[in-house]
Amino acid sequence: MASSSQCRLARWVVGGPPLLYLVVFFLIPTLIMVLASFRTPGEFGGLAPIVDETGRLDLNVDSYVRFVTEPVFASVFVKSAWYALLTTLFCLLLAYPLATLIAKSAKRYRDLLLLLVILPFWSNFLIRIYAWMIILGPNAALAKFVNGALALVGAGPVPLLFSGFAVLVCLVYVHLPFMVLPLYANLEKHDQALLDAAQDLGANAWQRFWRITFPLSLPGVYAGAALVFIPALGIFAIPDILGGPDDTLIGNLIKQQFLETRDWPFGSVLSIVLTIAALVLAGIAAWVGRRGTGVRA
Amino acid sequence: MRRRSAWLYAAALCAYAFLYVPLAIVVLYSFNDSRLNAEWVGFTLAWYKTLFADDQMITAAGNSLLIGIVASFVSTVLGTLAGVAMHRYRLRVLPILIVAPIAIPEILTGVSLLIFFVMLNFTLGLGSVALAHIAFCIGFVAIVVRARLAGMDETLTEAARDCGATPSQAFRRVTLPLIMPGVVAGALMAFTLSIDDFVITFFTAGAGTVTLPLQIYSMIKISVTPEVNAVSTLLMLLTLLLIVVAAKISPTLLRTAREP
Repeated sequence: MASSSQCRLARWVVGGPPLLYLVVFFLIPTLIMVLASFRTPGEFGGLAPIVDETGRLDLNVDSYVRFVTEPVFASVFVKSAWYALLTTLFCLLLAYPLATLIAKSAKRYRDLLLLLVILPFWSNFLIRIYAWMIILGPNAALAKFVNGALALVGAGPVPLLFSGFAVLVCLVYVHLPFMVLPLYANLEKHDQALLDAAQDLGANAWQRFWRITFPLSLPGVYAGAALVFIPALGIFAIPDILGGPDDTLIGNLIKQQFLETRDWPFGSVLSIVLTIAALVLAGIAAWVGRRGTGVRA
Repeated sequence: MRRRSAWLYAAALCAYAFLYVPLAIVVLYSFNDSRLNAEWVGFTLAWYKTLFADDQMITAAGNSLLIGIVASFVSTVLGTLAGVAMHRYRLRVLPILIVAPIAIPEILTGVSLLIFFVMLNFTLGLGSVALAHIAFCIGFVAIVVRARLAGMDETLTEAARDCGATPSQAFRRVTLPLIMPGVVAGALMAFTLSIDDFVITFFTAGAGTVTLPLQIYSMIKISVTPEVNAVSTLLMLLTLLLIVVAAKISPTLLRTAREP
């Protein structure tokens, strides 16, 4: 008996402080944001008093109604989802050969090759965006080459920087490691005997890939897709710095509402919709991933 | 068979080039004797001189360092406790709160903390940024420490208890020294994350406070200057150094941290 109450005490002594910190600085702010989404925007930005002049509690769904009724916001969400989807596909295309190569190379090189994929991830986020400002800049070699080629076929010059193209390239660049890691973790576990057996039965390289390797790697693909799609959906710095005027994504909209328009309730609504979208997608990925492994086992 | 692996090598090489060429260009142009980041003119260290004479940049670096030290210290203590708690006890709420700030888009943590601080009339500045950084670093430290504990022989702690050590003695003299590599690696990682963070800092810093990433942001929003290349190069060097040291101390760190 004494030991069980002692155990409970120890539990609180060890787990209590981090729990308290995260409740105060993560859970409560999140709940406050949910509450803010039902409040009225203040006259000079921020929030209006929660109790109005007549002493009534001022909670409403006006901001949600605005989100649903003004199609411009839904179109920003669709555009963000489209960019995130393209990012996921291009990451998959780049990551698959890379992960395959690492999984097939000798054991002593694997950690190094993997480290080389992760290392750029640890350089500052803004520096990685800035690098593309240089590469895609109007005076850089790439823009001169592209526009020179376009001039040859009689087309006008196109700006590479401050465009949807720049946003997409940088999105792929920033998220690539998230796709490589789960794919590698999956591919590494594949049994070579299956491929050998298929070859003995007369399957060519493509058939072996499409009918054995790829289906077996699907749990890794789903995990990678979730790890790329979800952060790509909420990004704001990349379109903010590299995008043109048409490249407003959800993240930019949220930033605008909080720092420029200062309509906090509406900004909160946008944030909540984004969170729900992220959670639903993460849930689907986890569910599909588990089903995938279940089939394999 | 051979043709297929040649294909594979070429594709993988392209992917590695895609990862490294942009960063190499940033570093290269930091030594370029030209205002435009467009073509190589000649070698110079002038941009580094400009950088070290830039008072705003020095202030920003000082702020980043201060926040990084405070945030990594506090989040290491709290994160280690959380890692131990998650390893030893069957908890329901804590693991969710540990993973949630890492899993949801960063911008949400940023804006919800902004509302929180403003509602409490807490002045936005170094303090609010440090509090926010601690909140997102705890999870990373906890995950690294728990991974270290998972690979540890738990009977050692039990043996210490059997020999009459109190729980706190057993923790301080047996468990803690054994998980120390994980703790140090977690601290280095928390420092790196803090010094690199842009999004959450952007929302919680208020108008008057500048950190290195915020300073870089406002510079590149106005124009591209090689001074940014110089500060980027130094920042990359620092991060690289910290991560290599952390990975040496705890080899599993890089993978566990990326896949919570």
